[in-house]
Amino acid sequence: MSDKAQAAIQKPIDFRGGGFAPQSKKWVGVFVFISIIAIVEIGTRSGFISNLTLPRPSDVFTTFIELWQSGLLWKHLIPSVSRLIVGASIGASFGICVGILIGLFSLARSGLVPLVAAIFPIPKIALLPLFVIWFGIDESSKYALIAFGTFTPTVVATYGAVDNVDRSLIRMGQSFSLSWFSIVTKIVLPGAMPGILSGLRISLAIAIILLVAAEMLGAEYGIGAYILEAGSLYNLERLFVGVAILSILGVSVSAVIGFFENRLLDWRT
Amino acid sequence: MDLLLERIGHSYGNMEIMREISLEIPAGKIVCIVGPSGCGKSTLLRLIGGLEKPTTGQVIQVGEPPAESINPLTYIFQDFALLPWRTVEGNISLVLEDHGIRGSRANDIITDVLARTKLTDFRKALPKQLSGGMKQRVAISRALAVKPAVMLMDEPLSALDSQTRELLMDDLVGLWTREPFTAVYVTHNLNEAVRLGHSIVVLSRRPGRIREIVDIDTPLAERQLGDVELERQQKHLWNLMRDEAVEADKELLDVR
Repeated sequence: MSDKAQAAIQKPIDFRGGGFAPQSKKWVGVFVFISIIAIVEIGTRSGFISNLTLPRPSDVFTTFIELWQSGLLWKHLIPSVSRLIVGASIGASFGICVGILIGLFSLARSGLVPLVAAIFPIPKIALLPLFVIWFGIDESSKYALIAFGTFTPTVVATYGAVDNVDRSLIRMGQSFSLSWFSIVTKIVLPGAMPGILSGLRISLAIAIILLVAAEMLGAEYGIGAYILEAGSLYNLERLFVGVAILSILGVSVSAVIGFFENRLLDWRT
Repeated sequence: MDLLLERIGHSYGNMEIMREISLEIPAGKIVCIVGPSGCGKSTLLRLIGGLEKPTTGQVIQVGEPPAESINPLTYIFQDFALLPWRTVEGNISLVLEDHGIRGSRANDIITDVLARTKLTDFRKALPKQLSGGMKQRVAISRALAVKPAVMLMDEPLSALDSQTRELLMDDLVGLWTREPFTAVYVTHNLNEAVRLGHSIVVLSRRPGRIREIVDIDTPLAERQLGDVELERQQKHLWNLMRDEAVEADKELLDVR
């Protein structure tokens, strides 16, 4: 018996832990981009992908350089970016204010939550003709469309974030007789900031989508107008240049928010 | 300033939490409140500090709080309740700002309370950089900063490991010995109660009533770990509470 016990097989136990902790590896994202572009380039050059389906990435790049050198790039980009900034700031700031009201007051919550839920699913693009009548065909209708589109997701994100602020911190504020205003500005707002910022990521992406929609009516210059014109002429190179500019815009907006998150939220563990 | 509890009763909906609690909290003494889980001891503390309204009865303040007291009734919470986005210094100045204390006056107070809680080196640290014991020290210094007339301590050491708890108990005894303060100290830990309490109020299970008030005359500074008299008192408290605790435990199961 004892001999048998000594002769029992010894082996290391199986490892079952690990995983479920994704980390971002620096160059993988870039590699994915480069390989997709390379496949398309090779495909279009070899004739495997027809020129009607996709443009050659190198041609898109040359078109972009031409656009840049002709100075038209800035002529399109500057009005677009200013529309984005004005529209999104109006929408986001109103959204944050209304979200905080909903987070703090029962009356605002009961009155506005159903309204926001009713407005949220409306495709804002469908309202563009209405906005043109209300605000005129020039810039204001574009601002209004972008602002309206950013408003609803910001409201939802903000009041969710206010709801998630640790109640024990608010109780602490009251126990030290802080004023209502101090509790809101020094405890509720900073506590809701992570949620508000991650909501802004979504709202601003929606703002870029609506920017293109807004520029489809009554805009001479702008990335949206540029894409629309390229589309109606079936100029795929220019279409893709426009799309690439929008993507870059999206990445930059996300980077700006990331910067603010690092600056404002370094207290998080 | 003394506090007087007059026939306090409280219920949430149909559930009666406590009944007919009358108690005196004399200035300069630490009153511990112990009782089985669910007897409403934390609720009682919230009632004393005016964070909740009792259903019946009232809490009376006898005499005026000292003139220099900025926030007469000040809590220390089990979960520390520090703002994670403010430094140690910022967390203390938070409670001073609203009472109009800024600049060098605030600075003097912060320096003083941090020295008293041995936190001077951690002035610029964020809460995430501190251990649990350190965080509770910050909360204690924040409470000291507003010069409370009565400290309301809600299981302040329950979230800490036992070594840290011993150290902080010594700190509290030290603070009290240098400058006696009034406190209501809620705990479920009888050892803390006999180390820190001048009198210990034992509550019954729900609805909570006062079963007995035990006075301990040994001065705080002379109560050592393993003191025979304290052991005897602790045993007595446990005997009082054991049956209640067993019943309370069963009741909690029934609720589910």
